Amino acid sequence: MRVLIPNPLRSYTADAASVSASGATLAELTADLDRRFPGIRFRVIDEQGQIRTHIKFFVNGTQSRDLGDPLGDADEVMIVCALSGG
Amino acid sequence: MARAKSATSGATLLIATRKGLWQLKSDATRRTWRLAGPQFLGHIVHHCVADMRDGKTILAAARTGHLGPTVFRSPDRGRTWHEAKQPPAFREGSGRVVDHTFWLTPGHASAPGVWYAGTSPQGLFRSEDGGAIWRGVDGFNEHPQRKAWCAGDQDGTPNGAKMHSVLIDPRDPKHMYIGMSSGGVFESTDAGSEWRPLNRGVRADFLPDPDPEYGHDPHCVRLHPAMPDRLYQQNHCGIYRLDRPAERWQDIGATMPKSVGSIGFPMVLHPRDPDTIWIFPMDGSKVWPRVSPGGKPAVYRSVNGGKSWQRHARGLPTTQAWLTVKRQAMAADAGAPVGIYFGTTSGEVWGSRDEGRTWKCLAAHLPEIYGVETA
Repeated sequence: MRVLIPNPLRSYTADAASVSASGATLAELTADLDRRFPGIRFRVIDEQGQIRTHIKFFVNGTQSRDLGDPLGDADEVMIVCALSGG
Repeated sequence: MARAKSATSGATLLIATRKGLWQLKSDATRRTWRLAGPQFLGHIVHHCVADMRDGKTILAAARTGHLGPTVFRSPDRGRTWHEAKQPPAFREGSGRVVDHTFWLTPGHASAPGVWYAGTSPQGLFRSEDGGAIWRGVDGFNEHPQRKAWCAGDQDGTPNGAKMHSVLIDPRDPKHMYIGMSSGGVFESTDAGSEWRPLNRGVRADFLPDPDPEYGHDPHCVRLHPAMPDRLYQQNHCGIYRLDRPAERWQDIGATMPKSVGSIGFPMVLHPRDPDTIWIFPMDGSKVWPRVSPGGKPAVYRSVNGGKSWQRHARGLPTTQAWLTVKRQAMAADAGAPVGIYFGTTSGEVWGSRDEGRTWKCLAAHLPEIYGVETA
């Protein structure tokens, strides 16, 4: 499926704004992203398997808060970094 | 005893800031300085440390406001960087999350490649491959008393509870000390498998029991490399010295002028003389402004292990200068005479090439400075 990568994470994707990855859930998708782009998962998912505070995942435009949410091959996932502070 | 670095080699400072990393490099006389950077622009760099064992490796602890914490490694004094494959992270299922890596320390000289990291909240991590893969030191992180020692993860400094001042005895790689804000100073004699508090004599006047076994707030702890039984600490409640095997810290802050007090964050040791130390006092009255007392910044030096102190402010602003210097933001080089440096939260780097007597602003207009280390 197509995954849209925000600017702060593009150092992992050779500046690609959009990449392909697979997984039946968001958890599997982020694991696959990490295989393709090592290190990217820990920047957005903490060691307890929780989405980090300022990170949001949108699936086909709707926010998904649970890494267990199912995904289909035709879905489009957008990762958003919510900038905060000065 | 460590030798003085050649007077012709100059000095390099690693400037870790809230918005990236810079390097300040001097000429051979340390009169002229050149600022290089930024690297990691926009990253919060809490600490950047050079590995004096090989003279070329540098590690930087970084995160951004929205991405998780990581560690970057340079094998060539900062020309190129590589991200850690496995940054410091607590055990899955522990319920704890590393907010940021706060402190980096190269390991013992006999163990090249070994580094230690202290995190916020308090955790201790070790790498055996130069900072690529980090694993928790279970003897501390999983210790049954750890929660009691550290109190809650939210019980710490305004920016989160921290482990800092990871100190390795140069005579024995298994002998270590750590400092925690809050928690206190702890010692291990078996490479981190077991720990015990080492806080006798240190006040904790913010706690119901002002003389507890642990729960103190050391801001910066130093071990003298030429006399490893000599420890100093700048604490939330004063300045202390400990000469092992003694167990009780001696209060050496009481001799500071009452109008200045004995509160501050950083502390720096002379690299060869265990009796010479520098501190940067800050206002710890009432609501803890944490700025230069009276708006008149000064460095205080002791040449007799803290029995007495001399004020040094020549070259520093004389009025209306409300400087704050964080605990990692003051350092000494190995020159003769020793160069002393500090960075402020208002983005200035100040240096002295005569052991603190006279000062010059080496750089300004940088972001908030978190760390200054010599490389």
